[in-house]
Amino acid sequence: MDFGNLFANYQEAIAMILFALGFSNLLLQKNMIKKIIGFNIMDSSVYLFLALKGYIKGHKAAIVVDGIQSVDAYINPIPSGLVLTGIVVSVSVTALMLSLTIRLYRRYHTLDIDQITLEVKKGGF
Amino acid sequence: MNLAFVHNFPLFCIILTLFSGPCSMILSAKKARILNLCVITAVGIMSLLVLVEVCMSGGSYVYTMGHFPAPWGNEIRVGPLEAFMALFFCIIMFLSMVGGAAQRKAKLEESKENLYYVMVNLLLSSLIALIYTNDLFTAYVFVEINTISACGMIMIKQSGHTLEAATRYMIMSLLGSGLLLLGICFLYGLTGHLLMSNIKEEVAAIAATGTYHAPLMVAVGLMCVGLAIKSALFPFHSWLPDAYGYSTVSSAAILSSLVSKGYIFLLIKIFYRVIGFDIICNSKIINVFFVFGIAGMMFGSISAAKEVNIRRMIAFSSVAQIGYIYMGFGLGTNLGVLASIYHILSHAATKSLLFVSAAGLSECSGNHKELTKLTGAGYRNPPAGMAFTVGALSMIGFPLFSGFISKILFAQAAVNQANKMLPTLIALALSTILNVIYFMRAVLIIYTPQKDAACAQESGYRRIRMNEHPEIVFVFVCFVLLNLVLGLMSQPIVELCSRGLGMFG
Repeated sequence: MDFGNLFANYQEAIAMILFALGFSNLLLQKNMIKKIIGFNIMDSSVYLFLALKGYIKGHKAAIVVDGIQSVDAYINPIPSGLVLTGIVVSVSVTALMLSLTIRLYRRYHTLDIDQITLEVKKGGF
Repeated sequence: MNLAFVHNFPLFCIILTLFSGPCSMILSAKKARILNLCVITAVGIMSLLVLVEVCMSGGSYVYTMGHFPAPWGNEIRVGPLEAFMALFFCIIMFLSMVGGAAQRKAKLEESKENLYYVMVNLLLSSLIALIYTNDLFTAYVFVEINTISACGMIMIKQSGHTLEAATRYMIMSLLGSGLLLLGICFLYGLTGHLLMSNIKEEVAAIAATGTYHAPLMVAVGLMCVGLAIKSALFPFHSWLPDAYGYSTVSSAAILSSLVSKGYIFLLIKIFYRVIGFDIICNSKIINVFFVFGIAGMMFGSISAAKEVNIRRMIAFSSVAQIGYIYMGFGLGTNLGVLASIYHILSHAATKSLLFVSAAGLSECSGNHKELTKLTGAGYRNPPAGMAFTVGALSMIGFPLFSGFISKILFAQAAVNQANKMLPTLIALALSTILNVIYFMRAVLIIYTPQKDAACAQESGYRRIRMNEHPEIVFVFVCFVLLNLVLGLMSQPIVELCSRGLGMFG
């Protein structure tokens, strides 16, 4: 194993660690709010990864200022655009999940999804 | 640019469905219902015209959005298979919506019913976009729209069961789409493109040099696992029975026959148009699909046989059918994928029929869904009983009906694969036996005569007259005809699919 690459690209490695953290939180947590936080960490880590892919050292954000139009002045703008799109998606999904959580909480007075499943199986409501 | 006017239709379909969704929000329930049916019909007709055009001209075409050239612009790609799928999905959706209309009117609050059509229109839009798009990131966005609208369709009926099912569905779907997104980002990092055809060129170059083999496989694996989770392949199916079992009948029919199929179609596109089928076959991913597909077939059928609730039984049967489709991918040949595509069609036609007819059977039995309470339901509601029997026979794989053809295609595809032939054939045989056990049990129960005295004691038992729901009888007739067409005239459809699949490569 060559760990040199891992240290050279430590930002990407951090993004992947964050992804794993978020993913396991979304999968394993019982508390709905913690699940949603996990989901947000997971998606943000992907955006971090994407933003890193578009970054070129020493270049500036792709907003034309002072009439400089040279390609060498700016970073790759496409990943930034993708990140924006992705943020919109994850915000709407988060809103939907939170509204579901509110409905479940009003009905069962708990945020624990396993507890809710048990109560549903018992045949209440 | 000299595009025939018909070539614009796929884009019109997406735009029309996308905008009719929010429009339904401000309409009354009745108007929204009419708008929804009109939109589905219009999209169906447009897809038919596109299909005719593509078949006549004998090829596929790429539609550049806004005339931006290849690496920058967004594209739509249309071939015979895509147009046929869009047409077929519209037919199934139309029939499911008409078949569930009466139950929706009874079960949903009047003020909320128009919101249901928002979801349905958005769902259709995302399905059509998934079928046609040539851009991976656009596909991701529409996958999410699909997930959100499917979740809305589950939770529109406000009960503890549906809310819990919708939450579980969302959690599993989010895990899947997270993996899919990460896979797409990896692939973008490797190739620098988002359009499928450009990615394929770059992937071929990368594979030829042999560098970056591991990252490529990781990207492919992430996308495959993500879409497998979203389409409820065996170990990831825990949300499915509740979601299909307790939502309204149209939701169950549409979710089982269309939503998961949209993701599977995207997976086929990724196989053929993004990565290249040879690279997929040389990787070990197809073996994983093969094993989990067979496990799903067995587990789904066994769980269905143990189930006492008729809706949940049909839902578990869906798990088994998804297993068939992934087993077809696992064979790693074009014939296997072709069999999977045919199974998508036959499962969609049959499963929605089963859900709609099961709703009819429980309607005449005091809205009970337990199999024991459905004794004699086939006599109380003859059209639903007949339809359920046809659906059950088709699921089992009885000749004349569509399920038979897809099973034959699976078996034929397996015969060419020496090391996978035996497990496939054994799995097909075992799963057919299990299908017979639980579907025939259900058919026998609904055709067990019940004494009038016992019938009178149970509250809610009543006879449904033939003319009580004429539209549902019409839906049954259409579904049965669709099944017979898929079962008796399979040759031209298989040829069409195989020609379309050939143009994918």
